[in-house]
Amino acid sequence: MNAYEFTFLGVALRALGSGALYWPDRALLCVSDLHMGRSVRHAGRGAPRLPPYETRDTLMRLETDLARTGARMVICLGDSFDDATAADTLREDEALWIARLQAGRRWVWIEGNHDPGPMGPGGAHLADLSLPPLIFRHIARAGEKGEISGHYHPKATVRSRGHAITRPAFLLDENRLILPAYGTYTGGLRSRDPALTGLLGTQALAILTGPVPRAIPMPR
Amino acid sequence: MKGMNPLPDPFSTWFSARGWTIHPHQQEMLEQADTPALLLIAPTGGGKTLAGFLPSLVDLAGGAHAGLHTLYVSPLKALAADIKRNLRVPVEELQLDIRIEDRTGDTPSGQKRRQRADPPHILLTTPESLALMTSYEDAPRLFAGLKRVVVDEIHALSESKRGDQLMLALSRLQALCPDLRRVGLSATVEDPGAIAGFLAHHPDPCQILHADPGPDPDISMLKADAPPPWAGGGAAYAIPEVMAQIKAHRTTLIFHNTRAQAEIFFHNLWLANENALPIGIHHGSLDRVQRSRVEGAMQRGELRAIVCTGSLDLGIDWGDVDLVIQIGAPKNVKRLVQRIGRANHRYNAPSKALLVPANRFEVVECRAALEAALAHDLDGEPRGPGPLDVLCQHILIRACAGPFDADALYAEIRSCGAYTSLARAEFDECLSFCATGGYALRAYDRWQRLQHRKDGLWQLRDPRSARLIRMNIGTIQDTDTLKVRLRRSRGGKPLGEIEESFAATLSPGDTFLIGGQIVRFESLREMVVEVSRDAARTPRIATFMGTKFASSTQLSQRILQSFQQNDWPELPAHTREWLHLQRSFSCLPEPGRLLIESFPRDRREHACIYGFAGRNAQQTLGLLLSKRMEELGLAPMGFVATDYATLIWGLEPLTDAAPLLDPAALRDGLDAWFQGNALMKRTFRASATIAGLIQRNAPQARKSGRQATMSSDIIYDTLVKYDPDHLLLRITRAEAMRGLIDFGRVEEMLALIGDRIDLNRLPHVSPLAAPLFLEAGRTPVEGVAQERLLAAEAEKLLAEAGLAGSLLQSGCAEDRTTR
Repeated sequence: MNAYEFTFLGVALRALGSGALYWPDRALLCVSDLHMGRSVRHAGRGAPRLPPYETRDTLMRLETDLARTGARMVICLGDSFDDATAADTLREDEALWIARLQAGRRWVWIEGNHDPGPMGPGGAHLADLSLPPLIFRHIARAGEKGEISGHYHPKATVRSRGHAITRPAFLLDENRLILPAYGTYTGGLRSRDPALTGLLGTQALAILTGPVPRAIPMPR
Repeated sequence: MKGMNPLPDPFSTWFSARGWTIHPHQQEMLEQADTPALLLIAPTGGGKTLAGFLPSLVDLAGGAHAGLHTLYVSPLKALAADIKRNLRVPVEELQLDIRIEDRTGDTPSGQKRRQRADPPHILLTTPESLALMTSYEDAPRLFAGLKRVVVDEIHALSESKRGDQLMLALSRLQALCPDLRRVGLSATVEDPGAIAGFLAHHPDPCQILHADPGPDPDISMLKADAPPPWAGGGAAYAIPEVMAQIKAHRTTLIFHNTRAQAEIFFHNLWLANENALPIGIHHGSLDRVQRSRVEGAMQRGELRAIVCTGSLDLGIDWGDVDLVIQIGAPKNVKRLVQRIGRANHRYNAPSKALLVPANRFEVVECRAALEAALAHDLDGEPRGPGPLDVLCQHILIRACAGPFDADALYAEIRSCGAYTSLARAEFDECLSFCATGGYALRAYDRWQRLQHRKDGLWQLRDPRSARLIRMNIGTIQDTDTLKVRLRRSRGGKPLGEIEESFAATLSPGDTFLIGGQIVRFESLREMVVEVSRDAARTPRIATFMGTKFASSTQLSQRILQSFQQNDWPELPAHTREWLHLQRSFSCLPEPGRLLIESFPRDRREHACIYGFAGRNAQQTLGLLLSKRMEELGLAPMGFVATDYATLIWGLEPLTDAAPLLDPAALRDGLDAWFQGNALMKRTFRASATIAGLIQRNAPQARKSGRQATMSSDIIYDTLVKYDPDHLLLRITRAEAMRGLIDFGRVEEMLALIGDRIDLNRLPHVSPLAAPLFLEAGRTPVEGVAQERLLAAEAEKLLAEAGLAGSLLQSGCAEDRTTR
């Protein structure tokens, strides 16, 4: 598996091409914004009936990353479920699948704006988790240092010889790291958006996901 | 009936007071007023519209009819407004008590509500607005008593999904009003029978009426002092001659094939407009206010010329147009003939037209088109069975109007020409898709869109969903576009739209042309492109999808044949020399052989394949060959196809054509590969939108950013992975195979050429390949090349920004495997 390796506040981390973050010293895998159960929630609100396969697809990719990294701890960085009821209305096979992935691992669900409060599947439910010098939470806070968050679904564009290549991206500066959305049914927010340029310093990098993750100066 | 004059007195008096005599086909339309379906084929200016309305006016003059009498449907909103104006003249002069109103997307909602409560006698509308009207629960009351429907420009509608949607709506109206008479008005076409079959209420027939086609048009090539360039679509070389023609005529329509070309030409025309003649521009990407301003000025006769695109192809009567200039090869003989008809709207006067090839290849194309037009050799290909995505939308529209019986709806649908052979199983699948999404994994039993009730009828589970369905009616695919505005403190003047994909390639400071002005990209704010005026000399050209004509096979074949001549005395000297030059530098394509040229240009390697198989098949060839090139390690990056050739670019040179065109290797893994390509995704996006899986419009306007919007590619990829037999994937495959892919033609061509392939490795681009570099509609290849470019670009950007080796970065583990 290809990864982009970098040091963040002295901690060696790897941005995986899948959009997951790996912390080798702690065998910790962090994924953000899985949005499981999105298709059903949308249908309930009258939106089109999307192919109901996003949960299994997301779990499939997560399983692959777990197997490849050998992670012993997992942090889901919020918005793991598309709403508070999605966890309870999971298909039985998908609920079992999550339980299987959790077996033998420390598993932390960080609360997101879509899924505040504890939910069905096992594991710890936390508002945030501090593993000094890093702190994991869903939405970035101004003035934090060593913060790893999600929420914004960042994406970035590179132009080359008339091609525009857009990919979900990690955004990184000396104080914070924002993860791309890992879930299958998720859109992206351009790094140029004021919500993101306001959070990240001028020296920030965007690490584009894909077969080989690549870092570029964050387009702003 | 013949010889009888059914034109009642006030009408005949009115005709003679204006010094008119009724045209024979107008008389015939009156006599056949009771024919269930009637198709009139008449040239432009033949009083076609009046012929269509005369039976209604005569009937309504009796004053006995209350409510809606005649429905008029045209493909253009502007046409509906224009007809309303024209029709009011006889109605007012004859003092008839007839209410005529139009109803389109632009009609204010208050007026729409009033129309539903108290419909006019004659309602002028578009296919989309009609579909919307049939979706209302009170549709039976609204359409009660409807006697006639007039479909204008039916030749254009019959070629599109808008026409399919219209015919499905008419099947609904016919069920509500069994005695409804149908009239179609068409320009000259190659196969009137096909259009009659399209209009008919099957199994009933449709009669065809031919008006006198009038005199042959006066078509020639514009003679210019300067030769056309090797490549390009601007035709800037001919500006002085075009200017002279504008001065010599009252009003000139200058047609272009693409919006981008119209923009460049308009820009150049103004640079040369020393006398400041009033010249306007009109195309589909300009802001509506700007367009209607041009239309108004044109109708008042204030403009000497209008630079335009297909947006002016259809019937609005602009009065005094006395010359049509076609810039660029017309691509399609039938459309050329129809465009030429825009000049001189007087019956029995020849239309005058000039063809202006934009480059030297187009000289050959224009010559071939001109000869075909004079020989009345029109082109056209039959359309396949009715598309199922449109059918799915129709089922949803039907459900909005109230509970329905599936058997009755199936019978109604089969009365449409395009759906006469629709199998019950196909219909049931569409119904199931509308009800639950039709997935192999049953997830939406709780959230069904349509419910099958105990009494056997189907209905919307949640009546509120009707609103969403109604908001998304229509089959026109606008690619994702962004509005362009001048930057001002509170939002400046809207200029028009550009495609999102083009906007994505803009950096602040880049300049581009829109509405004839050069503007500078400032920022993208809340999904609006903000620009400022700029005096740059070399703006970039915005890409517009617009309508792109596929050149007909027949025209391609005429061109290929003409290449076989030893010399070309009928062509201008520069083009003769160019063809001779191509012959000596490389060679000219021959029937039964395949010419491939390979050359470097602009840091890329290129291969140009002259298949002359038509744009769609050449496009498929591009897909197949770029796949082979990826396998052979040539790192293709993208390709572009025209009707006669495919140009593929990449990082490595092509030096051996045999492995590239090995038929077995080409077919190997074809299906799997087609599934992953951009054309399939583009086709899927269109069909999924029409069928209602993707919504263009939602009640809440787009919020800041696009965090919530998910790309349709994700839905496509998910279906391919987990539900490969899903209805929408089958629709996509069928559409692509006959639309964008046309694989049959590729196999035909490969069989025809066998091993007769000529690969010419050249030091630079050949004369014949040059025009391909300016073709729009490039398809990127997502492969190794993209990764290589990304790597190089990332390195460069980091170095430029001084970030390489910074504290943040401790290296890239790209080739290491982490375990």
